[in-house]
Amino acid sequence: MPRSFIFRNPSILVFIGCLAVFTVVVTVLSEGFGIGFLSTSFIKTLGKTLALCLVAISMDLVWGYCGILSLGHFAFFGLGGYMIGMWLMYERTRDIVVTSMASAEIPPTQQEVKDAIGNQIFGVVGSSDFPAIWTLAGSLPAQLALVVLVPGLLALVFGWLAFRSRVTGVYLSILTQAMTLALSLYLFQNDSGLRGNNGLSGLQNLPGANNVPQAIISVWFLWGSALALGLGYVLFTWVVSGKFGSVIRGIRDDEARVRFLGYPVEAYKLFIFVLSAVVAGIAGALYYPQAGIINPAEMAPIASIYLAVWVAIGGRGRFYGAVIGAAFVSLVSTWFTSGQVPSIHLGFYTVDWVDWWQVVLGLSFVLVTLYAPRGIGGLFDLISGRIAPNRHGADLGPGAGSLQEKEAIE
Amino acid sequence: MNTILEVSGVSVSFDGFKAINNLTFTIGSAEMRAIIGPNGAGKTTFMDIVTGKTKPDEGHVVFGEKAISLLRLNEAQIAQAGVGRKFQRPTVFEDQSVFDNLLLALRKKRGPLAVLFYLQSREDRAKVEQLAMEIGLKDQLERKSGELSHGQKQWLEIGMLLAQDPKVLLVDEPAAGMTPEEREHTTGLLVEAAKTRAVVVVEHDMEFVRRLNCKVTVLHEGSVLAEGSLDHVTKNQEVIDVYLGR
Repeated sequence: MPRSFIFRNPSILVFIGCLAVFTVVVTVLSEGFGIGFLSTSFIKTLGKTLALCLVAISMDLVWGYCGILSLGHFAFFGLGGYMIGMWLMYERTRDIVVTSMASAEIPPTQQEVKDAIGNQIFGVVGSSDFPAIWTLAGSLPAQLALVVLVPGLLALVFGWLAFRSRVTGVYLSILTQAMTLALSLYLFQNDSGLRGNNGLSGLQNLPGANNVPQAIISVWFLWGSALALGLGYVLFTWVVSGKFGSVIRGIRDDEARVRFLGYPVEAYKLFIFVLSAVVAGIAGALYYPQAGIINPAEMAPIASIYLAVWVAIGGRGRFYGAVIGAAFVSLVSTWFTSGQVPSIHLGFYTVDWVDWWQVVLGLSFVLVTLYAPRGIGGLFDLISGRIAPNRHGADLGPGAGSLQEKEAIE
Repeated sequence: MNTILEVSGVSVSFDGFKAINNLTFTIGSAEMRAIIGPNGAGKTTFMDIVTGKTKPDEGHVVFGEKAISLLRLNEAQIAQAGVGRKFQRPTVFEDQSVFDNLLLALRKKRGPLAVLFYLQSREDRAKVEQLAMEIGLKDQLERKSGELSHGQKQWLEIGMLLAQDPKVLLVDEPAAGMTPEEREHTTGLLVEAAKTRAVVVVEHDMEFVRRLNCKVTVLHEGSVLAEGSLDHVTKNQEVIDVYLGR
């Protein structure tokens, strides 16, 4: 019975295979490395989609497997983006400042360079001093560490407070909404140290790679996102496949029972929540350099709700479902909101899809929840035959033994 | 016989209603005990207190040879210390196989990291299969427990309790909804378990209690009304008035 991990989880091979084929095909079709069939902006859209798939599987881990409906995961996603954005913006501005000062007669001192960078970055919010949180912005390893540490720490503190007080269900969801809203409102302030509503911009330019065209950089990021998604998929599948997965699915289905078995439920929830937040942070750090700009609106509550919708439509409780949901809905969403879909003229009213797409999305969410709770991923059950047995009729209740209606008659 | 669980002078009230009133109860380390009493006598609240779900307003709950107070521990710690509980309605993890349910309950380290890096050993599998044999689910190991019949779920839950290897087993109405044959099997399981540990059975069904053939504690309005053999307590006039006579 002890079979290898991959044998027990065949979806890993299929998923990694599809991801690899996708990456190779896109690379071949790209402008940077191939025949140029796909535009650079579309490559970026695909790369961003992969990053969104990564945050979707981290959402599926907490929601689909552990039953914690977090409606604040974009706070972690955004923080990851901000952390890498600080380094990108600092280094890029430093390059520009150093170049422009190189022609000066007296070589600039370190302090002058730093002041000039500060002036460039914070001029837009009427300041020129570096806030304390930018102390490490000049160091790539430090900011990469913060990509993981800051979302992880926020999740740790928030989760510890919430789980310890046994806040569950819809109350927990509301708390997570409040968390992401509070964070986004805080970052909107000019003196938050992250340029207020301007956010961080110019993130698509890699410092030290000035001569590399975006066509190439976009493919690099696509590779990075695909790699991260693949690793995340394998890691999460491993986490949920063994006894640990058994415990967290138990917590999802009957938290009190798990507690009476002697498992410290709060510690498990905290572990899953923090792990998921860390991966969401990494996804954000891959997404925003491809988007080129991040501002606090990205962390608005609605973003995290969209994430839950993607996972629900794709099918929660299975990681490929989350990936399908995120990819499908976000790509279709991009298509609809880009104005490429022709409007429908009804004579008295014109259905403009840029506005009406939200309604379509909302309706499909309701329909999926009501009629196809397993989502798009549930279609795979039809192939693999994983269908619950039909027990013919209802439970007869405790008085009449253990048989169900028809079984009792037969 | 040494005492494994001692509840003394425990009271708890909900919104002024005294659910448990100065209750005192002790049980030995290898003893079967049945608790009977009318609805609202405090049977379930008593279990809630011992397992840490409810904190009493006053009194002591002392457990084990080292006489540790259970009042300072949370549910998970109490379970780890060796108190197992079976609920009235069968609560198994329906979405998981019988094997996974039993493995989950098997006495092992419970911390997240220990569980994350847990590898199934041949020994653990053998233990699970042994348990499955005892509860009569040997052939159902790979089935999802949600597909089991009501009686099989009850046994699975008893099997999970045994897998935990607790020193005290609290069992709430194990025979509810079972056919006569199923009841007999259940009685056998409980009697066998009581040879090596304390088993407390809460039950309404007098016939089932009689078959357990053990000391009986009658609860009424949150305190002990009578205690002794079933014949002894059923002759007690007070017991007849408040419980049997109805």
